[in-house]
Amino acid sequence: MIICKVAGTVVATEKDPNLSGYKLLVVQPLGLDQAPEGATFLAVDQVDAGEGDTVLVSKEGGGARILLGRDRIPLQAVIVAVVDAIDLDSPSTDTAGKQA
Amino acid sequence: MNLARVIGTIWATQKDPGLVGLGMRIVQPLDFERNPIGAPEAAVDAVGAGPDELVITVGSREASLPFDVALLPVDLAIVGIVDRIDGDFAPPWRK
Amino acid sequence: MKLGRVVGTVWATRKVDSLTGLKLLIVRDLDLDHSFKSSFVVAADSVGAGVSEVVLYAGGSSARQTQVTTDRPVDAVIMAIVDRLDVSVSDGDGVESA
Repeated sequence: MIICKVAGTVVATEKDPNLSGYKLLVVQPLGLDQAPEGATFLAVDQVDAGEGDTVLVSKEGGGARILLGRDRIPLQAVIVAVVDAIDLDSPSTDTAGKQA
Repeated sequence: MNLARVIGTIWATQKDPGLVGLGMRIVQPLDFERNPIGAPEAAVDAVGAGPDELVITVGSREASLPFDVALLPVDLAIVGIVDRIDGDFAPPWRK
Repeated sequence: MKLGRVVGTVWATRKVDSLTGLKLLIVRDLDLDHSFKSSFVVAADSVGAGVSEVVLYAGGSSARQTQVTTDRPVDAVIMAIVDRLDVSVSDGDGVESA
């Protein structure tokens, strides 16, 4: 999973029928220092996340299809958790990392 | 499937039960001119590959298919040892 | 699988039901000389890994192929704790090309 901040919402009336009923959010990947890192993308929200929330996004289509119970839903990324806290336990960790 | 060279071995006692008894190697992915491409990765060994051997790897979910285990969390496996490569893989613009 | 070091833990109360009970660890990618790469992931733990341990993690749909992650929406799972790692580099492999 990757750590992201919810940056916005996308409304699309015309979309694949399998996507109807899902909230699509724009997410921004974060570095370990919580700074934005890399390009934004879209994820389906499953935890009632809102703009500004730090979230975990699972980027694996097979797991997403199982979670949503739709075999033909055309998506790769799902918001699966709202992050309460991140413990970085190693004092030697430099925090400039970016996500894979 | 890709070409790689075995460059190391990994020992792990605490691991997923499906991995018990399986060898794990470090492989350097190669192109077909045997130039390294990308970073080395760990792979489970389905064929008994040794140090420095040129091997065939398969990635993703298919990496678990050579093994008779219901659940195996691996995303790279060694599935063949290369005897010989025929062909000319050098692109003309590099000659 | 990729080599990494566990550098932290993620806590999340509000999450999809199928993530309940999973430990989520932050794993920073390592080079073979154990130096940190810049990339990291959040991975589910299936082997009882702890902070500062060197681990292997599997990604993609393979991440769902453990007892604790099966059918759950995870895209990375820690599946081994590394005891030892030997790397050798040589010139030849003895394989001929035509």
